[in-house]
Amino acid sequence: MAQQKKSSLLGMPKDEFIKQVKRQWVLIVWSLFFFAYGILFCYAPLVGWLMGFQQYKPKDGILHSKWIGLAKFKALFSDATYIRVIRNTLAMGVINLIATTIMAILFAILLNEIKGMRKKKVVQTISYLPHFLSWIIVTGILHDALSGAGIVNELLTKFHLVSQPINFFAHEKYFWPIVAFANVWKETGWNAIIYLSAITAIDPALYEAAAIDGAGRWDKIRYVTIPGIKSTIIILLIMNVGNVLNAGFEIQYLLGNGLVQKVSQTIDIYVLKWGISQMDYSLGTAAGIFKSAVSIVLILICNEVAKRHGEERLF
Amino acid sequence: MSNTINKKKKLSKADIAFYTFNSIFMTLFVVVTLYPVLNTLAISFNDGLDALRGGIYLLPRKFSVKNYITVFNKDDLLVGAYISVARTVVGTALSLVACAILAFIVSRKNFLFAKPLSLFWVITMYVNGGMIPVFLLYKGLHLTNSFWVYVIPGMVSAFNMLVIRTYMNGIPNSFEESAQLDGAGYTTIFLNIISPLCKPVYATVALFVAVYQWNSWFDVMLYNRMSDKLTTLQYELMKLLASVTSQSTSAQSMKNSTSSITPTSIRAAASIVTMLPIICVYPFLQQYFVSGLTLGGVKE
Repeated sequence: MAQQKKSSLLGMPKDEFIKQVKRQWVLIVWSLFFFAYGILFCYAPLVGWLMGFQQYKPKDGILHSKWIGLAKFKALFSDATYIRVIRNTLAMGVINLIATTIMAILFAILLNEIKGMRKKKVVQTISYLPHFLSWIIVTGILHDALSGAGIVNELLTKFHLVSQPINFFAHEKYFWPIVAFANVWKETGWNAIIYLSAITAIDPALYEAAAIDGAGRWDKIRYVTIPGIKSTIIILLIMNVGNVLNAGFEIQYLLGNGLVQKVSQTIDIYVLKWGISQMDYSLGTAAGIFKSAVSIVLILICNEVAKRHGEERLF
Repeated sequence: MSNTINKKKKLSKADIAFYTFNSIFMTLFVVVTLYPVLNTLAISFNDGLDALRGGIYLLPRKFSVKNYITVFNKDDLLVGAYISVARTVVGTALSLVACAILAFIVSRKNFLFAKPLSLFWVITMYVNGGMIPVFLLYKGLHLTNSFWVYVIPGMVSAFNMLVIRTYMNGIPNSFEESAQLDGAGYTTIFLNIISPLCKPVYATVALFVAVYQWNSWFDVMLYNRMSDKLTTLQYELMKLLASVTSQSTSAQSMKNSTSSITPTSIRAAASIVTMLPIICVYPFLQQYFVSGLTLGGVKE
């Protein structure tokens, strides 16, 4: 690496460059280590994308497997299941993003309005708790709460909202809302952290001015707090839109069952099923490539939108 | 901060409505957050068969520690706990050291390759090979069916590196310069000057990594399913959950069995054991992850 980047690139005389290299040799050695590590673990898998265009056979390796062009992609898009898992991934990603964002903002604003530091601190500490629990535990809790004898059905029957306990995990219509609720339950307190710090950064003088103009609590939230955190909201939304397709694996895998698989399976589950369990590495890779490609395009679009809005760019 | 402002003003009707709404919202929020955890705790301390009758809320009805005794005598759970602790300790240590060194390198202002190396890692946040190529790579490197797959591949995280780098960038250059005048090399500067100042951000990143390691189960399923001795607590918990779900229909038949231990009650106890370490630690580290998240928000 050092060889190619001689004087011309770094814009300094040759002897000065050599002096710098001598001084910085420790840094350069470590850089080489991190470069090699990154090539091996982060960039080498990208070479594996070639498998998506091959009839990959482990015994032949990438070098000698037969090239089949876009055949695997054609197979994917003529598979109704793949179309459905794209729909599921997108739908759950968008629903989760909207639900968690709204709840986090609402929670941050309301928490900020609690009078008394102690009370605020206690609520906030409790709000972080679910973030630290694994999806295994969270889905266990959901199974308990939503089972036939669970607390939710008990409340529903007690208030005569239903005559018979609902089997929440057996009906397709409940699956997306359950996933959204679980995400909201788990991440509201955590996601609120960034909004809260944005709220604290708002100039207190603005609130004083609003108070002098006779603004009540509602008005202050509407005209001071929300405009004050608008740019944070926009930038986080944009950042997360790029990740919409990455949002679906653990909970769908753990909560899904045969009865709801039409709405529960996501792209990652499809890749797992075909790529790992059925060992069709090429099909699994192709399905993954499509996901990555869409994600990258979404991120680039979002970055552009952020720029247009005059927001800080992401990268 | 804004609380002090409206002290002297009398509350209007709309404000009273607001505070009432807020109190109700927060109470509901706290109840919905805490209830499932406390309920699991109650079931874990309740006699297993008795719990099947339902109706246990916040307190055990028929107190028993049998579930915990069973959990602590289950070999696969014990092995799982051992592996979970090992990967959390080793993984956190390795990852913290690696991210700190990388962040140190790319935050040196006059380092020749700081920018390209930084970009090289930021790209990895957005582009990755995907499940299958990664799986085949690890297989090729003989990382599957081994403990090291938990700690080596994920050692460097670009996000955590950025968090540390942002913090290091905030340290005045004069520290480094005066140390260099005294003849200190980069190793000394890293170990004796910069790292002591970075303790808060190191704590943040260590917490992020430790929680990730402790809660991981998917890599266990993907890479080490075949090795009984390498599965983690979370993975064993998942197997318990699966057995509970499949047996819930036969709950009736369970009632007739002689054992007072049921899959449900064991799972509750195992869940509590799994959550406990994190629940005990996180309240004391709040300032660290709050500042870490805020630093992470400051990007490139």
